[in-house]
Amino acid sequence: MIGKSVPRVDAYEKVAGRAKFTDDLILDNCLVAKIYHAAIGNGIVKSIDTSEAEALEGVVKVVTFRDVPDHCYPTPGHPWSVEPAHQDVADRNILTGRIRYYGDDIAAVVAEDDVTAARALKLIRVEYEEYPVEIHPRKSMYGSNPPVHFDKKDNVLNRTNFFIGDVDEGLKNSATVIRRSYKTPMVQHCHLENPVSYAYMEKGRVVVVTSTQIPHIVRRVVGQALGIPWGKVRVIKPYIGGGFGNKQDVLYEPLNAFLTMQVGGRPVKLELTREETFCNTRTRHSIEYDLTAGVDQEGRLLAKDMKAYSNQGAYASHGHAIAANGLTAWRLQYACPNIRGEAYTIYTNTPVGGAMRAYGIPEAAFAIECLMDDIAAEIHMDPLEFRRKNLISGYYEDAYLKPIAANTNGIFQCLEKGEKYIRWKEKREAYASQTGYVRRGVGMSLFSYKTGVWPISLEIAGARMSLNQDGSVQLQLGATEIGQGADTVFTQMAAETLHMGMDDIHISTVQDTDVSPFDTGAYASRQSFVTGTAVKQCAELLLEKILNYAKTLLPEEETRELSLDHGWIYAGDEQALSLEALAQECYYSLTNSSVITAEVSTQVKKNTIATGCCFAEVEVDMKLGQIKILDIVNVHDSGKLLNPQLAQMQVHGGMSMGMGYGLSEQIILDEKTGRPLNGNLLDYKLMTALDTPDLEAEFVELEDPMGPYGNKALGEPPAIPGAPAIRNAVLHATGVAFNEIPLTPQRLIEGFTKAGLLGKEGERHV
Amino acid sequence: MYDIENYYNSGTIKEAVSLLKEHPDARVISGGSDVLIKIREGKLAGTSLVCIRDIKEIKGVKKMDSGDIYIGAGTVFSHLTNDPVIRENIPVLGEAADQVGGPQIRNVGTIGGNICNGAVSADSVPSLFSYNALLRTSDGAGGRTVPIRDFYLGPGRVDIQPGEILTHIVIPEKEYRGYQGHYIKYSMRRAMDIATLSCCVVSKIDPRKKILEDIRITFGVAAPVPFRCVKTEEALKGAAVDEKLYQAVEEKVRQEINPRNSWRASREFRLQIGGEIARRAFVKTAELAAGGDGR
Repeated sequence: MIGKSVPRVDAYEKVAGRAKFTDDLILDNCLVAKIYHAAIGNGIVKSIDTSEAEALEGVVKVVTFRDVPDHCYPTPGHPWSVEPAHQDVADRNILTGRIRYYGDDIAAVVAEDDVTAARALKLIRVEYEEYPVEIHPRKSMYGSNPPVHFDKKDNVLNRTNFFIGDVDEGLKNSATVIRRSYKTPMVQHCHLENPVSYAYMEKGRVVVVTSTQIPHIVRRVVGQALGIPWGKVRVIKPYIGGGFGNKQDVLYEPLNAFLTMQVGGRPVKLELTREETFCNTRTRHSIEYDLTAGVDQEGRLLAKDMKAYSNQGAYASHGHAIAANGLTAWRLQYACPNIRGEAYTIYTNTPVGGAMRAYGIPEAAFAIECLMDDIAAEIHMDPLEFRRKNLISGYYEDAYLKPIAANTNGIFQCLEKGEKYIRWKEKREAYASQTGYVRRGVGMSLFSYKTGVWPISLEIAGARMSLNQDGSVQLQLGATEIGQGADTVFTQMAAETLHMGMDDIHISTVQDTDVSPFDTGAYASRQSFVTGTAVKQCAELLLEKILNYAKTLLPEEETRELSLDHGWIYAGDEQALSLEALAQECYYSLTNSSVITAEVSTQVKKNTIATGCCFAEVEVDMKLGQIKILDIVNVHDSGKLLNPQLAQMQVHGGMSMGMGYGLSEQIILDEKTGRPLNGNLLDYKLMTALDTPDLEAEFVELEDPMGPYGNKALGEPPAIPGAPAIRNAVLHATGVAFNEIPLTPQRLIEGFTKAGLLGKEGERHV
Repeated sequence: MYDIENYYNSGTIKEAVSLLKEHPDARVISGGSDVLIKIREGKLAGTSLVCIRDIKEIKGVKKMDSGDIYIGAGTVFSHLTNDPVIRENIPVLGEAADQVGGPQIRNVGTIGGNICNGAVSADSVPSLFSYNALLRTSDGAGGRTVPIRDFYLGPGRVDIQPGEILTHIVIPEKEYRGYQGHYIKYSMRRAMDIATLSCCVVSKIDPRKKILEDIRITFGVAAPVPFRCVKTEEALKGAAVDEKLYQAVEEKVRQEINPRNSWRASREFRLQIGGEIARRAFVKTAELAAGGDGR
């Protein structure tokens, strides 16, 4: 089953509209909650008057920051740590009177219906005392009065650094040294389904049904936020319409749980609008990089230095883990004797940075891969040749975090495939000296990416299987299907190890923390690796139990080895007993009945590095500031592909995100208030199908010894290399190096004008 | 759930007008692709609506005996694009209508709504300006005829009186016969977007002498209301059609338009794009006049 392009196990349900998402399950008598958001970017609530809202017919309850628990709680979807020093930063209240960004949550209304709740919000009166707003991390890091959070006086949430060798000495010995600054934008995940949940009470416990990637973590955080025992919380996760890391954070589930408790346990629904999703959930951090690198006469890297300044926004969420992940990437993949890195994560008065597909690496890879092209240009070397000269071939390991290593390393094969597909040499030459306003270019970039979070954080997964009466198998996991195809590959894994067909494995797609095994959820491209390990172990255990039971039923088969294959117990090469007959016995035997089940909870202390690259060909219409992608290919080494068709779809989706990151997506903030100016899907330029070229996905399949089925990370990596490849292609086409994305038409026109590529008539008007 | 106080449907112009007089605070709705957005955003929350979508007499396109073209205000964009009269006589209007939003919007949004919404980015409007369209309103008893250039009073404001609806648009024969038009919508995406800047050029070129007999250049989003480049037009009439003229279009347009500086796009950027799209649209009309399809 592994390696076959079997159809998704949820395909028919989703296509036919039978799959139930959170909103499809809302109870009939559900109340509706809406949030009152701050209309300033920094300050405090001086007074709040909810009397008019409370008096409105149909309003059941109005709560404010004065009503919620005093203590703070953390929100990121990390495994909890039993060591206080490694616990996530707890800096949020369910509602707040200390406004830290435009749109902060002050109060909430619970009403009989949507319209009443919306009308009630308009009746709440708030007076503020305003403080100055600071949206730039490199200004905020020198402190503000008052600080964003009182315990971080300089607004620096965290700073980390590392060094290998002696960078200053290395730079001194370099033939060429270049310094460049790069900047990535704040972007949003734009999952189709906005965050939505409903909560109610049952037998003194609170139940939250929510669109999340991390049900078991939501349970813990709801318990922490409300200050109630975690066992009093039950979280249910139905089908979800995408997450991309935004739902790897506990968003409004604690508020939703709090609200049902405030109305006597009646069900309350809390669904965000798209505008709230942009402003009030999470974003990908905007990070500014100052990079320096030196190379010798032959173009070998001698030293490199990174300084990163990450804009955290108003609350910690995933916090410094994002910028720190970029520091790790800076150490990997390229051979260099002297490396230094330093990263700051800084509170500001902006929307909050959290997890987003590839967790700090799209940001870092943009800076790193631009730098590689800029060095190559500086020393007049072909950028692909420059990379080949400096990349590590074969095994390498991280200097600090053991056992992170490239146990298999297909980067050279990936480059070869990409080079061939795009016809690199031919086009680099053909586009070398163009004139005119429309020019073409080819560019590339590459990346490395870890699989899961070990040893930075815990990796644990659970799996449970039971044999049904007909010989089929139930499979329960705490890992989540979020659209990526997890349920399908887990089913393939179980079928593979149990020697069964896909139809014989029944996976539960809904996670319910009351019954689902413990697993931390969908993030870090971890599930096929970590949960996959648990599935494999569980299947092996179940198989062993089936065969042991078979021995009791086949006492005559003492000498021949028993095995299971597609519904039959074999003794040697002979069918000895149908699995169905065996199953019936284990359920109903009057002498020997014991239902066959298996359950594992597995800690995985492994990590392995996936890699890949992107090659892009563009046409730049300089006078209109437009980039057309003529051709684009991602090549991935993600180990053995579990399901090639699913893998290809995963890559296509990531390429789309990568192109949007490079070309058009950014949240633009108002300087004075920090309010998102374009926080909706009209003004935030997510690419449409018409903007998307044909996408090519290729693979290098090296079986990785760490992966349970030879596999390694593929969920997030496809989103990484697109933006720098496009930027480098524009550099090739026009000779203009753009150091900030997205490459919007205005940014291009300004760049071309500055470079003198747009004629005099252009300059006259600028 | 939308916050709508009352909803009244009408089947005839007369009914619609009398409902509007009876409920002076009510807004007219047809396809709803602008009105519902404003209700959702809260700007029109709690409003009452008079629906004119079922009024058959304001739908459809025909060529009248006079040669003038009649376009019902309730005609949806996709019908406009596919209408044989439009395709034969003023294809640019159908092409412009085909650039509105996405297919779903184009199946409900109407040309009348596009005009009355008053948005400077309306895709169908620059073409109507360049063809000197006449707008016809009705108040039940009588009605008015207003040239489209006089209809726009300011951003989001049009000359529609209380108790009055726009019934149809007329494009007189003399305004389109012998003219070629081309519309360029400049937006950040190729679908599901509004124009950052848009330009419709309509020209009349003597194909043998290669002389520009007439030209009308209209911009969307280059001023508070859709904007005709009258000075540029006057300066260019009678000129020989060649590269020099293309260059002149680009430069003169940049001097005449007055786009704003906003977070969506800077004034300098819009000036650069404005000159370029006017030039490209004009070149296309010249190619069409010469008999090529210009593609």
